[in-house]
Amino acid sequence: MILRLKYFGMIAEAIAKEEENVEIQHRTIADLDGLLKRKYPQLVTLEYQFALNQTLAGMDEIIKDGDEIALLPPFAGG
Amino acid sequence: MSEKKIKNFLVEGPITPEKIATSIAHHQVKTNIGAHDIFLGQVRADQIEGKEVIAIDYSAYAEMANKVFDEIREAAFDKYDLTCAHIYHSIGVVKVGELCLFVFTSSKHRAMAFDACRYITEEIKAKAPVFGKEVFENSSFQWKSNQ
Repeated sequence: MILRLKYFGMIAEAIAKEEENVEIQHRTIADLDGLLKRKYPQLVTLEYQFALNQTLAGMDEIIKDGDEIALLPPFAGG
Repeated sequence: MSEKKIKNFLVEGPITPEKIATSIAHHQVKTNIGAHDIFLGQVRADQIEGKEVIAIDYSAYAEMANKVFDEIREAAFDKYDLTCAHIYHSIGVVKVGELCLFVFTSSKHRAMAFDACRYITEEIKAKAPVFGKEVFENSSFQWKSNQ
């Protein structure tokens, strides 16, 4: 399946990318997190959370084809 | 999926004092209002390891941020007896001394306006996917994180 990934703030800076499509066979956010940490080892030391289709998502959430997933560093609004 | 059209709460650059004055003026026709409260976030010239912050460069996951702002505003209407509630947050560069957040609540009486204004502000800090780069005099920067 194909996922649309979006990266923000220090995450986008660390991996030098703001978005990409990835094709994976994995099932959960945790699976995706593992794959991304292998692809971008610099993520291992960074703090971030996932949003699945614009809602914060836990590691056990199931992902499906066409989902939009974002890696969000700590918030700094206000 | 809801068909509701989500408003844009994000403003390019600083929020001007004129915008705030105009916003207050627009509420003078709403004569059931007896109290307004306003929170203004201003960019502070923090000293970090001997360097002074000169601006914050804000970015956001805009689609999600607008959804979160809308949810926070709706939740405030559910929790408090409000007549109006407005939220504006800057995106892009905001220099020290300039305003980056404008929360404006209106109600019949002061308690609801005060409580809702604080609630909305705290929720924004905790939940809105807005990111900020603190820019220093020498153009170096560091990423900011809410406490």
